Amino acid sequence: MSITETRTERADAQEQRAPLLQLDDLVVEYRGSGRRAGHRAVDGVSLSVAPGEFVALVGESGSGKSTLVQGALGLLPAAARIERGAIAYSGVDVTRWSETRLSRIRGSYVGFIPQDPGTSLNPTKRIGRQVIEAVRFTERSRRSAAEHREAAHVALREAGLESTERLFEQFPHELSGGMKQRVLIAIALAGQPRIIIADEPTSALDVTVQRRILDHLQGLRERLGIGVLLVTHDLGVALDRADRVLVMQQGELVEQGSVDAVLRDPRHEYTRRLLEAAPASHAGRLEPVGPRLPVDGVALRADALSKRYALRGGGEVVALDGAGLELRAGTTHAIVGESGAGKSTLAAILAGFGTPDTGSVHVGGRETTQLRRGALRELRRELQFVFQNPYTSLDPRWTVERIVAEPLRAFGLVQGRAAQRARVLELLDAVALDAAHLRRTPSELSGGQRQRVAIARALALRPKVLVLDEAVSALDVSVQAQILKLLVDLQAELGLSYVFVTHDLGVVRLIADDVTVMRGGRIVESGPAEQVLEAPRDAYTRVLLDAVPGTRLASMTEARA
Amino acid sequence: MLRYLALKVGRALFVVWAAFTVTFVLLFVLPADPVDLLFDPAELNTIPEHVREQVAASYGFDQPVIVQYLDRLGHAAVGDFGTSAQSGRDVVQAIGAVLPSSLLLAVGSLLLAIVAAFGIALAATVTRLRWLRDLLEALPTASVSVPVFMVGILLLQLFSFQLGWFPSFGDSGPLSIVLPLVALAIPVSGPIAQLLVRSFADEFGSGYVTTSWAKGATRSRIIVGDVLRNASLPALTIAGVTFGNLIAGAVITETVFARAGIGRLTQNAISTLDIPLVQGIVVFVAASFAVINLAVDLVYPLLDPRLRASIQRPVARQPRGALA
Repeated sequence: MSITETRTERADAQEQRAPLLQLDDLVVEYRGSGRRAGHRAVDGVSLSVAPGEFVALVGESGSGKSTLVQGALGLLPAAARIERGAIAYSGVDVTRWSETRLSRIRGSYVGFIPQDPGTSLNPTKRIGRQVIEAVRFTERSRRSAAEHREAAHVALREAGLESTERLFEQFPHELSGGMKQRVLIAIALAGQPRIIIADEPTSALDVTVQRRILDHLQGLRERLGIGVLLVTHDLGVALDRADRVLVMQQGELVEQGSVDAVLRDPRHEYTRRLLEAAPASHAGRLEPVGPRLPVDGVALRADALSKRYALRGGGEVVALDGAGLELRAGTTHAIVGESGAGKSTLAAILAGFGTPDTGSVHVGGRETTQLRRGALRELRRELQFVFQNPYTSLDPRWTVERIVAEPLRAFGLVQGRAAQRARVLELLDAVALDAAHLRRTPSELSGGQRQRVAIARALALRPKVLVLDEAVSALDVSVQAQILKLLVDLQAELGLSYVFVTHDLGVVRLIADDVTVMRGGRIVESGPAEQVLEAPRDAYTRVLLDAVPGTRLASMTEARA
Repeated sequence: MLRYLALKVGRALFVVWAAFTVTFVLLFVLPADPVDLLFDPAELNTIPEHVREQVAASYGFDQPVIVQYLDRLGHAAVGDFGTSAQSGRDVVQAIGAVLPSSLLLAVGSLLLAIVAAFGIALAATVTRLRWLRDLLEALPTASVSVPVFMVGILLLQLFSFQLGWFPSFGDSGPLSIVLPLVALAIPVSGPIAQLLVRSFADEFGSGYVTTSWAKGATRSRIIVGDVLRNASLPALTIAGVTFGNLIAGAVITETVFARAGIGRLTQNAISTLDIPLVQGIVVFVAASFAVINLAVDLVYPLLDPRLRASIQRPVARQPRGALA
């Protein structure tokens, strides 16, 4: 039995009025296993998406937004089950439908765009075949292979892809992230669904690509009149794109309303916090609590750095091409750029983890690129590194005390347990953690706490310079805001200088004194933050800035000020 | 592509050469007097001196070591490993004589093992019953843990001595190969099944499977159309390990079931210190190893387009400029 048959049983008028997707008081629980307790991931959520409506569902990690999506699609993992509530598509309750029956509405009634384009296409199948499958699995009446092909081409073009003949023969690894996401959109469109659910469809993409994909989704809604449910962690994106915004926190829907209503008059305290934390809602740099420790001079200078990587079997990649920068003592110099811009290579060379082919780096008046092992070790006292991922940069078996004390012991800076404990506590205090955290292991800490531990470890040797490589990129916005605040305060208190590498221009605004924009290993533009961000000279910088989501949020903030 | 091919073939040749050289050093150089090893230890003292010299000369032991080595290597390169010290037969012929029966046993039990491993992995993926999946996932570990001779003896006890369905030894008639096949297949299937169960589960939970669900595919379509092929790829890489298991298992199986074959030949050659034969077998096994791994290396790129790409035109990073 297909959904069309089911539909005929109902009055046409009622069906027209029924929302495309409606969830009523949905409760999804995860079964506990072994020592792990079960928990309620979605707790009584009701929502609806009307035809032609663009609804954004916003939530941080652990809010249950992904579970909600899986529930709506009937794709919950084995450990989860729907305890209560109902899921209805166009008024047809599908909550208790079997797997096979559900497979008939997936694709043909509800399309899905997954989160990570990198893993969401079958690596061993050609693009053409994968799109044709989406056409074939959802066809309403039997068609020929040629018609399947044609429909697949149409879907790819609909998703904004060109030269589809060539694309048909390609494998996923031959495409860029943005192209893969478009293929996934084509797959979602191939079944001509009436509603599309997109789970963080652009989180893994560069801002300029993100912008084009979101533009496209909006266009589809307008052109084809399909409903869109966009799930995102980014309030800026949600407010820019949606008609209606829903906010989820710990499995519950805490806020829902039109974009204007949410912007002007957020009802729930959590929404206000999210709005507050969003980078776009801050006009300028964060100000430290205390006075800035006066320091001057140049903390670090890099000149004409170049780095090439030879490829196996000939050819080479230019990762850095004559890049340089100057870090004034006591300030933050942000390096921004999209993937492949060479910013991580630059950060690694500045930190002494890599050597350039040509060029020089001076830290506190000393040239560092030619240093031998012993001298490089001494450099670590001056300059420390904070990594992107707080989940993998801490040894999972070590306690917080041992992690933070490691550099102290490695350099023999403290004698005796008591002295070590005292110094570790001092460091934890600096990052707003306390003695209660000493004996915990990383798995017992939240993402933000872990990054605090990583920062405490970096500060242990009293360095003058910190190189932070995407140090807040993996964190939720509200946590991100706290860590940025911490970094600004620490800088003022200790007179630290930061090299802050990020792809997120919104964050740059909050922390940078100077900004360097990179593309393809070259420096596109460099200068004081106000100048680069407010009056960019280079066209590429302008493109980057325009692509940053959160326009509505920013204009709201300006209006208020 | 050519470079890749040359690299892999070169590596295979190196393995065979290394096996030859190591066995040469172990068997011909290290023993105080290799001539001693050519005779039965019990009769060693009764052998007249001129006979020893004659034998030594016929094996070339009177030459300097390096000359002996080059001489043997030269002959080995054209497939001449000398004659068996025990039977006087040509080594290559001796191996060739028992090869068909061993090949039958090896290929047969390998096929059986693969079928069993896929069966277990597929069943564990398809089933929605938790207890059944747990049970299926425990099977491979169990099959690795039981020694081959135990399996052989148990099978013999049950099916030959108790039920009398199959002959207990020898290699006469098609029925006689059933029990050895099963005995050898069980331990060989273990590692393959272990790997497959895990990679089936991994692939079944991967992102593109979610995409397939969202396309409207059914469970069976997903398993056949997406998971099966991608999950099987890793199994190819343990072909080398599997082959090692086959050889080790064959020695025991052929002994337990008293079948002629490479396994038995090896066991005899070692127990009678038949040095030329031992060397011939070692080099033969090494060559088979090298050929199998070479075949895997060459077949893999045909099955996995990602690998194919890295061979044809190496790409370190995806260029981002080519966005649509």
